[in-house]
Amino acid sequence: MQRNLTAYGFLCAALVCFAVFSWYPIVREVILSFQKTNFVGDTKWVGLKNFHRVIEDPSFSAAWKNTAIFTLLALICGYAVPFVTALLLNELRHARGYLRFVVYLPVMLPPAVSVLLFKWFYNPGPGLFNEILRFVHLPTLAWLDSGKTALISLVIVATWTNMGSGTLIYLAALQTVPAELYEAAELDGAGLLRRIRHITIPQTKLILLVMLLLQIIATMQVFIEPFLLTGGGPDNATVSVVYLMYQYAFNFNNFGSGGALGLMLMLVLVIFSAVYLRLSRDDRDGRAARV
Amino acid sequence: MSNVLDRPVRTAPAPAPPRRVRRSRRTEPAQRTLVSPHSLRSRRGRIIYWTVLTFTVLVFTLVFVFPLYWMVTGAMKSSSELVRLPPTIFPKDPHPEVYKKAWSQMDLGRYMFNTFIYALGAWLLQLAVDVSAAFALSKLRPMFGKLVLGGMLLTLMIPPTVLLLPAYLTVRDIPILHLNLLNTPWAIWLPAAANGFNIFLLKRFFDSIPSELLEAAAIDGASAPRMLWSIILPVSRPILGVVSIFAVVNVWKDFVWPLLVMPDTNKMPVSVAISQLSQQMPQNVLIAALVIASLPAIAVFFIFQRNIMAGLTAGGLKG
Repeated sequence: MQRNLTAYGFLCAALVCFAVFSWYPIVREVILSFQKTNFVGDTKWVGLKNFHRVIEDPSFSAAWKNTAIFTLLALICGYAVPFVTALLLNELRHARGYLRFVVYLPVMLPPAVSVLLFKWFYNPGPGLFNEILRFVHLPTLAWLDSGKTALISLVIVATWTNMGSGTLIYLAALQTVPAELYEAAELDGAGLLRRIRHITIPQTKLILLVMLLLQIIATMQVFIEPFLLTGGGPDNATVSVVYLMYQYAFNFNNFGSGGALGLMLMLVLVIFSAVYLRLSRDDRDGRAARV
Repeated sequence: MSNVLDRPVRTAPAPAPPRRVRRSRRTEPAQRTLVSPHSLRSRRGRIIYWTVLTFTVLVFTLVFVFPLYWMVTGAMKSSSELVRLPPTIFPKDPHPEVYKKAWSQMDLGRYMFNTFIYALGAWLLQLAVDVSAAFALSKLRPMFGKLVLGGMLLTLMIPPTVLLLPAYLTVRDIPILHLNLLNTPWAIWLPAAANGFNIFLLKRFFDSIPSELLEAAAIDGASAPRMLWSIILPVSRPILGVVSIFAVVNVWKDFVWPLLVMPDTNKMPVSVAISQLSQQMPQNVLIAALVIASLPAIAVFFIFQRNIMAGLTAGGLKG
């Protein structure tokens, strides 16, 4: 009894913080999406109206499509690139500290800084990227100003900013691959690519899976890039789900529809997260570097 | 007559997360990798290796360092030089005073100070709240402890972004008390303390500290707070370091949340302030502001490089 009292004494601050700022908002999200309210007093239950309003909005399908494409592209760039980079770094015996340091440097910058920096690089006139293209005599691009290239431009920023953490995590995983396996494979005459395919990848399979899910969960929540770089434009080409949710609430003052959209995204992400946590429990540590 | 002291008490500190030993730069790693040392020693292998190495270092420098160089020097160019085609690699006549101008015109000092206060408070509060909770769950094991822990870990499944709106409404009007926390540091500090990941990390570490130590202390009449303070905390330095770094970096990198809960310009952290003011600033002043805003991050990274990298791969991942 005494011990329970002491224990809950230690727990009370955390319980209050969790109750108010974690558990209650989950419930509130559900309530919010079935209500219409203006926060002055008259709150109505409106059934599925918020959901109708969201789904009939032409931005809705654009937002999901963009988020899906963004996630897919970011997977190709943000998932394959760090792995290949880690493979390369693992082979090098020199300049290790330097290479690790610079690859992780952008991760430490505040995201707003790197995004605004790239905004300047993307400037179609005197921006750095078009300068480089002119320098090597390639046609310049409109980058953020064209529906064709806007989304990929955002993916480039996201990859540059975040690939450091993936690279270092893979590097740590690669160092656990037993040398004997490589030696045996080499004796059997397996070439470099086959060694990667049959030894490196199976040996690091779990972490690859965990990182895949982490990457999907992180990129599904993309907000700051469209918010600061394109405002969802040109012509809805870069509107993302979270950005649309933000707009409903803070531009159209329609928290109900924003909540409904949030609830949908929550259901999708909870599935991914559940699988992720399941897998990372098998991993001794289950680090969930929350991105 | 068995004396308490006769029992072999394991006083070994709890196992710290294995830290990778830093190899000196000269030695070859003991671990062979994809390419065998043998083929690296051949003449052809050596040529290929050095080519790849040079190429990698060059590409990394271009991709990750050059943009930062471009930023630092771009801030010192005049507005006309910034739009000149082709661009100048070195500023023609550098204007370092642009940095001064950015600092005073954009009132960066205030925003940096705000950011510092938010990070400091979030760090202290997270340590206090989460360490006590993890200690209770791990060592005192109260009734319903498993349920509480489950509820806390459940929050890891729901990314904070999807709860943005209800969380914002909660901060604007705290249930029961009806307080409005917008524009107060508490709007950042309190939600940061509800961190399931910290609880998870800390509890796992505390679980690895042998309970015999605490039993012995209990026999000597030590109270629970005393045990936490004198026994648990001194051996928990590594994990406290990891949690501290996460706490500070999270606040430092957060953008969306402070954007919502700090609508008042005077209360914004630096990254929100810069993005809000970016429309009305000359290009070179804005770039200078970006440089100033990234300096603390780069400095922290320089100093705590090893801890940050260790924290990233905390506990050593099994492939």
